[in-house]
Amino acid sequence: MKDFAALFTAVDQTTKTTIKTRALADYFSQASDDDKLWTIALFSGRRPKRAVTTTQLREWAAERAGIPLWLLEESYPIVGDLAETIALVLPPPAEETDRPLSHWINDLRALAQVDIDTRRDRIVAAWDQLDATERFLFNKLLTGGWRIGVSQKLMTRALAQATGQDEAALALKLMGGWTPDDVSYRTLIEADDGSADLSRPYPFYLAYQLDDPPETLGDPEEWQAEWKWDGIRGQLVVRGGEHHVWSRGEELMTDRFPEFARARDFLPDGTVIDGEIAAWDAEAVMPMPFNTLQSRIGRKTVPKKLLTEAPVIMLAYDLLEEAGTDLRETPMADRRARLEALIAPLPAEAPLRPSPLIDFADWENLARQRATAREFRAEGVMLKRKGSPYLSGRKKGDWWKWKLDPLVIDAVMIYAQQGAGRRANLFTDFTFAVWDAETLVPFTKAYSGLTDAEFRKITAWVRRNTVERYGPVRQVTPEHVFEIAFEGIQASPRHKSGVALRFPRMSRWRHDKPKEEANTLEDLKAMLAAYG
Amino acid sequence: MAVLTFTDRGIYCPAGDFFVDPWRPVDRALITHGHADHARPGHNRYLATEAAAPVMRHRLGEIDLDTVAYGKALTIGDAKVSFHPAGHIPGSAQIRVEVGGEVWVVSGDYKTEADGFCEDFEPVRCHSFITECTFGLPVFSWVSQAAVAAEINAWWAANAAEGRASLLGAYSLGKAQRLLALVNPKIGPILTHGAVEGTNAVLRGQGYALPETVQVLPDTDPKAHPGALVLAPPSALGTPWARRFGPASTGFASGWMRLRGVRRRRAADRGFVLSDHADWPGLIGAIRETGAENIYATHGYTDIFARWMNSEGWNAEVVPTEFGTDEDDDAAVTDAA
Repeated sequence: MKDFAALFTAVDQTTKTTIKTRALADYFSQASDDDKLWTIALFSGRRPKRAVTTTQLREWAAERAGIPLWLLEESYPIVGDLAETIALVLPPPAEETDRPLSHWINDLRALAQVDIDTRRDRIVAAWDQLDATERFLFNKLLTGGWRIGVSQKLMTRALAQATGQDEAALALKLMGGWTPDDVSYRTLIEADDGSADLSRPYPFYLAYQLDDPPETLGDPEEWQAEWKWDGIRGQLVVRGGEHHVWSRGEELMTDRFPEFARARDFLPDGTVIDGEIAAWDAEAVMPMPFNTLQSRIGRKTVPKKLLTEAPVIMLAYDLLEEAGTDLRETPMADRRARLEALIAPLPAEAPLRPSPLIDFADWENLARQRATAREFRAEGVMLKRKGSPYLSGRKKGDWWKWKLDPLVIDAVMIYAQQGAGRRANLFTDFTFAVWDAETLVPFTKAYSGLTDAEFRKITAWVRRNTVERYGPVRQVTPEHVFEIAFEGIQASPRHKSGVALRFPRMSRWRHDKPKEEANTLEDLKAMLAAYG
Repeated sequence: MAVLTFTDRGIYCPAGDFFVDPWRPVDRALITHGHADHARPGHNRYLATEAAAPVMRHRLGEIDLDTVAYGKALTIGDAKVSFHPAGHIPGSAQIRVEVGGEVWVVSGDYKTEADGFCEDFEPVRCHSFITECTFGLPVFSWVSQAAVAAEINAWWAANAAEGRASLLGAYSLGKAQRLLALVNPKIGPILTHGAVEGTNAVLRGQGYALPETVQVLPDTDPKAHPGALVLAPPSALGTPWARRFGPASTGFASGWMRLRGVRRRRAADRGFVLSDHADWPGLIGAIRETGAENIYATHGYTDIFARWMNSEGWNAEVVPTEFGTDEDDDAAVTDAA
């Protein structure tokens, strides 16, 4: 595993993608087929099944390190990562070895076959053979959550460099539901693409945020506009009499949204549709608020009641495959026409409908319509060039999201908490309040939006202005006013203030504002009435 | 009455009417070391070790400063006072205060591993020990200095071989000079930022051995020093000052580099785990060697550290101080370590 640990160190300690790509390509040129396959699997979100719980890992690690469990637990939020915390508290390895990555993964998979005491003995024995970095990676395999600064895109590029294959063709090979159990490196990467996996989605095309005025895009005639929905981006794949629903993160969500089973009744085999999954209010003919959809996310099985309360549909905006033919090179306008021809005639009970186009004569007219997006439960407008192909990944030029400006409110900071992980030893998590007559009522937390220099400054201030400590939370002197930006506001009986914000963040430190001039609970309620 | 008490101006000795590292102006201040959160301006009279004095004058200008040798006992009022090496930076001291047979020690900042550069940490027996615990968590344990030196030299040599400069960020007083003493000057030239070179000059004047360095001036041509190691305060990295060296590899040397999250936030190419503070085993070892029963944790992970000490049978308390909040250097929250 030393070569894999060296690869990790090389990619983890730099922010330069060229260096990361080169390190990965070098690794792909040298590693064994088994190690390569597992590396591809790991960097495309495939992991060996979990054989132990994190609770067990914590207990075994504390015992091995000779520290009380609570001390490991207290260290964890500061380090921000359980796998790393365990790797750091353990004593240095007693008998270091160098076995390949695939050896350790097979060891992990074998754990499912043995009793719990044997699992513990094997894991402790593994810790004793691995250095701190290898141990961290081994723990990552045990705990899941494999996020280590290499995107699937970057991995694919490196693999393309190492194999001399076309990057887009490789990206397609890596999509879908394969696991290292049912493929080999040869069949996955080197074989021709004859027996492609039927569930396989296409790599998603992602839009850039439009920061310049739309006039910079040129002739409005060349563009189509749609609402930008606040749902879950997904692909619906119907092939071989089966259907599959994929998220943008390439997570298979078919079971989570049983509504789409009926798609097979309405769509012919060899159809792939790109769209937004949204909880749908059929009477109002618009999406329900995002937190309704939230109740569906994360549920692997859905109780009947929820299916009636929060039914989902797909707002379809693109047709990627028709009658088994890849349409991605066909111009957008043509794909759109085919999409409408396919699904506009479907009856109301079909779980999908076209995401409507917005008619607009000129950019100014579109800007006016965009300002009304919240009335449609949309967060802005999408602009797509009519002549554009369906590209893969985030590429500039043809697709733009033109979001509404966020809502803002000025609030007083009243509590602060230290961050974790990247932001350990800085105060980064804050609670904000607005005035209700003479008292400050907390209404939101926010963690992001400040620069590192601002976080350092506020950290020094918090240390000197702590009034009271409640565990990790510090109550601070009310003094600093921040502008809080957010995307939406909803009534919430669970919050003291009666409201819940969507995506709150600190957009500005209002050094110019004394705390008395921060906004009031009344202002917040007025926003709820207007936008909730 | 207690030998030392904790006031809003700092740690105070009623029997001797003096403060240790006070953070508000006082009449008489005993100073453990020259870092800005311990040696602050504005006191009437200062007392520090002979070895710490030149840097303090360099940083604080005209001050009324008395000095004393390590280990030499002084009498101040009814208190007996002596300074003992803390191993943190050159001249750094723990301050021992004895009143009526009861002994207290203020650790200041300290490091237990001998680094071959500054005066080695010396355990001092006492009844009560006021300790820092910047790295008071079991996740912090350092590998040997020799192993880190080998990593840094390998990184520098690899960069030099590819014609790249190596920009190493380190606190300008203490860490930078310790690194200078660690690196292998045969690999290439060593350039320094003015803030580092200022301290270098002071320490060289005191007889601390440092390799040859070249200060980067506005007219310095980086091309004339290919493959150089450039030592600068962390705040200088990523600025126009640093960009003059072209495509360079960047590194930081700090105890915080033990944490992957902090390494990544720093966005440097390499993080070297090298601290001038004691790690978890170092803190515990040092406390055991004092023989103290009463432990006061001042700055760092005080709550957790004190809880652990109490569970192990010590009487430990958290004392809020204003150490570890050096605002002069905006990067200090992570740098001084």
